[in-house]
Amino acid sequence: MKRPARLGPLARAIVDGDRRALARAITAIENGDPAADPVLRGLYPQTRGVPVVGFTGPLGVGKSSLINALVNLLRERGRTVAVVAVDPSSPFSGGSVLGDRIRFDRRADDAGVYFRSMASRGAAGGVAAATLEVARLLDAAGFDLVLVETVGSGQVDVAIREIASTSIVVLVPHLGDEVQTLKAGLFEIADVFCVNKSDLPGADLAKRDLAELVSLGNASGRWAPAIVGTSTVDAKGLDELWNAVEAHERYLDDSGERRAGDRRRLAKEIVGLVRDRVGRELTDRLEHDEELRRLLDRVVARSLDPRAAAEKLMAEERRAR
Amino acid sequence: MPSTARPARRHPIRVLIAKPGLDGHDRGAKVVARALRDAGMEVIYAGLRQTPEEIVRAALEEDVDLIGLSILSGAHMTLFPRVLALLKQNKAGNIPVFAGGIIPDEDAKRLRKAGIQAIFGPGSTLEEIVTTAQKLARAQS
Repeated sequence: MKRPARLGPLARAIVDGDRRALARAITAIENGDPAADPVLRGLYPQTRGVPVVGFTGPLGVGKSSLINALVNLLRERGRTVAVVAVDPSSPFSGGSVLGDRIRFDRRADDAGVYFRSMASRGAAGGVAAATLEVARLLDAAGFDLVLVETVGSGQVDVAIREIASTSIVVLVPHLGDEVQTLKAGLFEIADVFCVNKSDLPGADLAKRDLAELVSLGNASGRWAPAIVGTSTVDAKGLDELWNAVEAHERYLDDSGERRAGDRRRLAKEIVGLVRDRVGRELTDRLEHDEELRRLLDRVVARSLDPRAAAEKLMAEERRAR
Repeated sequence: MPSTARPARRHPIRVLIAKPGLDGHDRGAKVVARALRDAGMEVIYAGLRQTPEEIVRAALEEDVDLIGLSILSGAHMTLFPRVLALLKQNKAGNIPVFAGGIIPDEDAKRLRKAGIQAIFGPGSTLEEIVTTAQKLARAQS
């Protein structure tokens, strides 16, 4: 493997399999700690683009239990797996209870698995702001696969799409009639539909409704979302579910969609980083720069409109560069 | 290009709440988890019947600032020292551990000496627990 000389001690420890170093670097990313910066930058060339499989769906459908069952299956096959499980932060206290770990089997001495709970910390869309970079770090740490569990999702929580190479939308029987499957949002991002708790009555109907939805949108040559029924209480459908994930990953490579998708996502990420940074700098200057404060005063006094102020700010910014 | 890192600010305390051993009484642990959440902490709730090995592994993977153990089985004199020893073994002896449950005064004294930072028996208020947890976590970081 390439190992550039500029790798710092923390990054090097992560590549060498030091799990404590990995855990600390993840905390640094979550906290926006500048210490994460050289680690992420140094390790980027080490990432291989391993599959990142997202599990999303409403709360209580069994995402954590499903991930646990899949980890068992993947470990039997000798694959190393990292899991990131996101739960919501309170919009009131900022606190959270991260409870996905209790669904996870006892693996006190298996170095081939890493499990990390993550709070959403105010991010919308079902994942945390740090999730993308954390998944990348886990790739650099050498795991064969990264599984990401979103918060229990609503209809518009589709941010996992920007992180996962394969998105599994997990549902259960009796979530609603077929009209629900026509609605925009969550149902549009599935590469694989998983009807979990298929031991319950109504699973066949749910699968049939999804099959109908998939057939409606099926353009020839494009990936048609797979539909798999699973049950974690009697360990059914797990092989089939993983086969569907692997089939989708193969499709991404064969069709060239992986390359195109990576390009699109990375462009978005870069622009996002610039937007964050410029935004922070400008916010700071509006508060502290005398001239810009006067500009804000004029907008407050209604002698200047916000759009004109934004124009002036942009012109100012260009001059400063 | 200069660093794109966000400026560091005060981050939420991450705390692991776990029940070592075999008793199934998790009400107290859940109430404490909820109170710590409401105090703005990120509580990793590991739940029932954890071995000391599992607890320490979870603490390291989750990079917690603090560990809270709840026990009502009477096995605290075996399980708590084992957790402390494993933390030390993993060079994580700096992570403060507090505990709650039915623990006789005699035992509590010895456990404090062994390194359990605070022990909350019946009658402890949530406010006491939250304040102590905050103090322990901040002192460590």
